[in-house]
Amino acid sequence: MSATAATPSAASRLARLVPMPAGAGLARMLVERNVTSFRHGWIALVTGFAEPVFYLFSIGVGIGALVQTVRTDSGAEVGYLQFVAPALLAASAMNGAVMDSTFNVFFKLRYAKLYDSVLATPMGPRDIAVGEISWSLIRGGMYSALFLLVAAFAGAVQSWWALLALPAAVFIGFAFAAVGMFATTFMRSWVDFDYITLAIQPMFLFSATFFPLSTYPAALQWVVQLTPLYHGVALERGLMLGEVDAGIFWHVLYLVVLGALGVLGTARRLEKLLLS
Amino acid sequence: MASVTGDDILLSATGLTKTFGDFRAVDGIDFAVRKGEAFGFLGPNGAGKSSTMRMVGCVSPVSGGELRLFGLDPATDGPAIRARLGVVPQRDTLDEELTVEENLWIYGRYFGLSRREVRSRAAELLDFAQLTDRAGDRVEPLSGGMKRRLTIARSLINSPEILLLDEPTTGLDPQARHVLWDRLFRLKRSGVTLVLTTHYMDEAEQLCDRLVVMDHGKIVAEGSPRQLIEEYSTREVLELRFDAEDHKDFAEQVTGIGKRVEVLPDRLLVYTDDGDEAAAVVHSRGIAPLSSLVRRATLEDVFLHLTGRTLVD
Repeated sequence: MSATAATPSAASRLARLVPMPAGAGLARMLVERNVTSFRHGWIALVTGFAEPVFYLFSIGVGIGALVQTVRTDSGAEVGYLQFVAPALLAASAMNGAVMDSTFNVFFKLRYAKLYDSVLATPMGPRDIAVGEISWSLIRGGMYSALFLLVAAFAGAVQSWWALLALPAAVFIGFAFAAVGMFATTFMRSWVDFDYITLAIQPMFLFSATFFPLSTYPAALQWVVQLTPLYHGVALERGLMLGEVDAGIFWHVLYLVVLGALGVLGTARRLEKLLLS
Repeated sequence: MASVTGDDILLSATGLTKTFGDFRAVDGIDFAVRKGEAFGFLGPNGAGKSSTMRMVGCVSPVSGGELRLFGLDPATDGPAIRARLGVVPQRDTLDEELTVEENLWIYGRYFGLSRREVRSRAAELLDFAQLTDRAGDRVEPLSGGMKRRLTIARSLINSPEILLLDEPTTGLDPQARHVLWDRLFRLKRSGVTLVLTTHYMDEAEQLCDRLVVMDHGKIVAEGSPRQLIEEYSTREVLELRFDAEDHKDFAEQVTGIGKRVEVLPDRLLVYTDDGDEAAAVVHSRGIAPLSSLVRRATLEDVFLHLTGRTLVD
């Protein structure tokens, strides 16, 4: 017995080197669980879809009638509706992902004890992290697709590049769902959710969402450029206005790296919380 | 302690330890469970039963010692072991966002079973759990006994070789407990190995072929319920209640009657092989208790003798 403890098998030594906790490749089963549950509560899809559409009409169409045109950071003159629609798409991808990966996950983690029963099966923490975040993406993807359709009908889409706005929204959802779920593993009670609001609201308002980056004081511009939503907004705006350049790649990279770190962190936190 | 050996051992532990910081929840225990056996951990809350069960269920890493299930090590083969286990947790963790049958289907899917497989298996298990007519209902309005039966049905979806039950009937009314015990008997007869924890001595006596008594993270006795009673208790117990704040005062008066006297806050327990005879001696000494009762010794008496404390406070 002491011999086995002193000389761990090659497999367990390898497991210690790789920082990603174990999974059984069954993450899709958790997605299936969420789809089954969602069928009973499809009303959630309606509310998740309605919010950004309301913004599109109140800000894009309403305020747009007053503002008329905006000069983008690349120098082009565009209508305010066309300017703000991509930002609203990015913001809705963020909000959808954050809602699902924080409130819903917190309930499953602390109250429903869903993951305790999942971990009694061959599934591992990695499956839970990947499964939940994948589900956020699927759900967020549905919202984004519907929003894009409405935006197209409202005349907010100008370029065929906008077809890529949907996969781009999925990258945004990935980054925010992964980081959101990671943050949720640290939450002690519902009171802690104020921190989420504290992070999300300024980002929603000040990530070059409603006015171009050039209108910010120079000293603040770099702060704005650090936020993940800025990259999401810039990515969507580039695609939907057809201003596509190499910068798009950096936005995608930022979101993917953030998302990957979030998945890893989430899986490790779940392991620490539930497998002690 | 009787050593258990042979090829039919499904679960074994040697020097098994679980520590949380400085606290030793499980303190170097040895046990082995044979195929087809119903094996119990009996002990009060905080004895280390649940920590042991979590290690056996491969959801809590072993701090020290050796643990093997089906000859495999949980540290390296956790998923493979869990695929062959059924787990009934202490608190029901049913999925309240799903219906009764969806609970079974989805749980089966967590094991990687096909949709077709989980549907046919779920139909059998709903029948077994006497829940067929509630199949399409939500879980939330079910009674405590029904939820427990659904939890057990859910744990059987992968046709486990070992079923782990952590306090299976805690919080249920007597009738629901008997229904549950009946279901567990059936499982045992069909060859499923049962490993359970309980702090109810009647449950241990009803269900367990063999059990260990745990206290403060250690095993203090091991055997069949009958062996334990024979070894650590007398055949019968005379319970005496007096009109007194402290029953200690009356302990002296009954000295010499029976083999041993235990003083509890609310009664005296006189351990004897013939309760009626002991009662007669009490009477002949002119001692007048409020009530006297002769009963057979139970595992509760074993536990009291071994630890000096009662099981359920």
